[in-house]
Amino acid sequence: MTNNIKKKDQSMLKKISSNQLFIPIIALLLLAVINLINDPSFFKITAGYNNAGNPVLSGYLITILDYGSELVILAIGMTLVTAASGGQDISVGATIAIAGSAMLRVLCGGNSRPDTIQAPIIVAFLVACVVGMLCGAFNGMLVAIFKIQPMIATLILFTAGRSIAAWINNNELPIVPDPKFSYFGSFIPGIPIPTTVFIAAICLIVIALVLKFTNLGLYTQAVGINEKSSRLNGINPTLIKFLAFVILGLCVAVAALIKVSRLSTINYSVIAKDIEMDAILAVALGGNALSGGKFNIWASVLGAYVIQFLTTTLYKFNVQSDALAAYKAVVVIILVVFSAPKVREYMANLRKSITRKKEIA
Amino acid sequence: MKDNVILEMRGICKSFPGVRALQNVDFSLGRGEIHALMGENGAGKSTLIKVLTGVYSKDEGNIELEGKGTVSIHSPQDAQRLGISTVYQEITLCPNLTVAENMFIGRGKGNITKWKEMNAKADELLKKLDIPASATMQLSSCSIAVQQMVAIARAIDMDCKVLILDEPTSSLDEQEVQKLFGLMRDLKAMGVGIIFVTHFLDQVYEVCDKITVLRDGQLVGAYEIKDLPRVQLVAKMLGKEMDDLSDIKGEQKPYEGDGVDEVVFEAHDLQSNAGISPFDFYIKKGEVNGFTGLLGSGRSECVRAIFGADTVTGGSVKMHGKNVNIKSPLDAMKNGIAYLPEDRKIDGIIGDLSVRENIILALQVLRGFFKPFSRAQAEAFAQEYIEKLNIKTASADTPIKSLSGGNQQKVILARWLLMHPEYLILDEPTRGIDVGTKVDIQKLVLELAADGMSVTFISSETDEMLRTCSRLIVMRDRKVVGELSGEDLSQNKIMSTIAGGN
Repeated sequence: MTNNIKKKDQSMLKKISSNQLFIPIIALLLLAVINLINDPSFFKITAGYNNAGNPVLSGYLITILDYGSELVILAIGMTLVTAASGGQDISVGATIAIAGSAMLRVLCGGNSRPDTIQAPIIVAFLVACVVGMLCGAFNGMLVAIFKIQPMIATLILFTAGRSIAAWINNNELPIVPDPKFSYFGSFIPGIPIPTTVFIAAICLIVIALVLKFTNLGLYTQAVGINEKSSRLNGINPTLIKFLAFVILGLCVAVAALIKVSRLSTINYSVIAKDIEMDAILAVALGGNALSGGKFNIWASVLGAYVIQFLTTTLYKFNVQSDALAAYKAVVVIILVVFSAPKVREYMANLRKSITRKKEIA
Repeated sequence: MKDNVILEMRGICKSFPGVRALQNVDFSLGRGEIHALMGENGAGKSTLIKVLTGVYSKDEGNIELEGKGTVSIHSPQDAQRLGISTVYQEITLCPNLTVAENMFIGRGKGNITKWKEMNAKADELLKKLDIPASATMQLSSCSIAVQQMVAIARAIDMDCKVLILDEPTSSLDEQEVQKLFGLMRDLKAMGVGIIFVTHFLDQVYEVCDKITVLRDGQLVGAYEIKDLPRVQLVAKMLGKEMDDLSDIKGEQKPYEGDGVDEVVFEAHDLQSNAGISPFDFYIKKGEVNGFTGLLGSGRSECVRAIFGADTVTGGSVKMHGKNVNIKSPLDAMKNGIAYLPEDRKIDGIIGDLSVRENIILALQVLRGFFKPFSRAQAEAFAQEYIEKLNIKTASADTPIKSLSGGNQQKVILARWLLMHPEYLILDEPTRGIDVGTKVDIQKLVLELAADGMSVTFISSETDEMLRTCSRLIVMRDRKVVGELSGEDLSQNKIMSTIAGGN
């Protein structure tokens, strides 16, 4: 009887540890524990008022949720691109600059210091969406139709994107005069939770609905695993890959809205710098194969929060911002090695041999 | 070593993990002899060639060369030094260099190239071999046949005694083949021993002196060309002796319901980019027919053209007498055609997805992007077919790649049966699976046909086709060469039709 229960426990344990969400959850817990030991006040959330006199929640956890939002949104698109094409889009940061610049151009009408906004925010946002999706379509066309390796194909916009962004606004740095525009990157008056959290939540709900009510997940995985088979089953692999890049383009536009809104302006060479690497890392941390195929979006999303949690923790430990990358790299190496299939296999074997020894004893 | 023999291989064995590619194979080549090496795909031809050229190292056996005694060949360089040269199917020269450069590249001593001398030498050799090219021409400006000949010229100038030609004619047209044969006969007169690997029976009988036949990694025998008529050769390649072939004909209850004799699918002059001659084809309701021929004869390419799996380049297609346009697998599926592909691993399974997802895939695609099946519905479909076809899997959630080959094949079959097609194409459904499953699949085919489904069945095993099909379309060298039905359905008749000629 007890033996049975024990066996059940073991298989439960196995089930949990072989789940794709296991590594990112453990990483989050580990980071939480380290912070708890170091300074329990890390988890304190205080309600207060900001400069404008609006009620806001503040605390490290809020910071993580707030600043992790862009990464979470990008991780959604990057997961799909990775799964379908077996490669990654490295032009994400540069296309954020393009989409953001287009947004500013519409809002400020080519005038760098306008008195009022020249077009409704929603129009500017929709223009940014179109621009983001066009960039995605460009990348998607190179990858899906011309069969260029994703990293090479997206290298084009990676290199040229920030110049294009600067060109859209004649290399000026327009400032959006309307305070309403800054709500997207901070707080809506009266609501103490950062707006970015809501935006990320909306994106997650939308992708959850899309995955539930369409075959996007099945088709994408099928194409990523076996393109030839997929074609013989009536799927159009070219279209699916193209679609993945366009969806990422849409994610880019949303991320651009947040990024630009935070500052109410843009800095072409710095905005969203290196964010593509963090987005790819989020996908990898989620245990998704970077060679494509099966994916789990929620694991990537957790991966994105792990990265932000880590960044915030390092700030808390007073790591200089220019040294941050080095520290991050060390932690990332550990996490990625642990989630590598080879290591997981080894661990599984180790566990098996231990239980076998116990049984013999 | 006998007189006049320049190469003798004895007792060659070579195993790969799980396969015995060559078992105790003997091969001998005489001076000035053109020797065909025949066998179906996987018979061990290329393994034998690769052992001889040092690409693989043999497990057992020895190789003797005239005047050198027993030699050990560990690398292609060793082989070349011993005078064994190979010209492969794909030309492995540099098209952007001149003919002379291609002939001498990588063979000079030191770093200084004496251009004049090299060109003169090249021209001399080209003239000697009667190759219509000059030393300073850029290689890419020559025709494929001439390029092939330059490759041969390069090979024989390396003091070659044994020349291996691995499918040299597959990309050549009739005239070019004749030019190549001329060159081969010249070389023969010069005393070079040539090993000729090809799928084309006509060419073997045109140019060769001897034939060695391999099957399943074993030597079947070596024969003088005059002692081995075509039919015998085919019988030996397929592993059926003409005399002890009994005609097996299973009891097949033909379909007798509505619309019997109605032509379900009809193709006229159908043609694809996979290099098959245009062919006509039809199938009636409840009929089981099949394409037969040696591997590489184009039977898979025919059904792939029907399903739109290869790019269709010409011809017209009718379903129930109405013209339809099938340009892609999806078009075919919409018209109720299903296709189980030949290569399960590459074209069939989606390895990491579960058995359930693999089963519902085709029907799901047909139903549309915006109408996914609910989990419960998908589960019900999966369970239905797991039981119906007796698929052995831990659960419907198990990734298909962890199933055995036979069960993977049943899952793919389930995928297409779930679609309830009118016309089902099965390309080698029984390859590489155990006998029990084979019989299951054959029975299933007959049952489906009895219920009114039209089935095209392709198999390398002729008796399997005789047991299931009521009409056979025979192919040779990518052409339809005959159609057999009724009384003509026998091993002997099939083989003589495949062999053609005399």
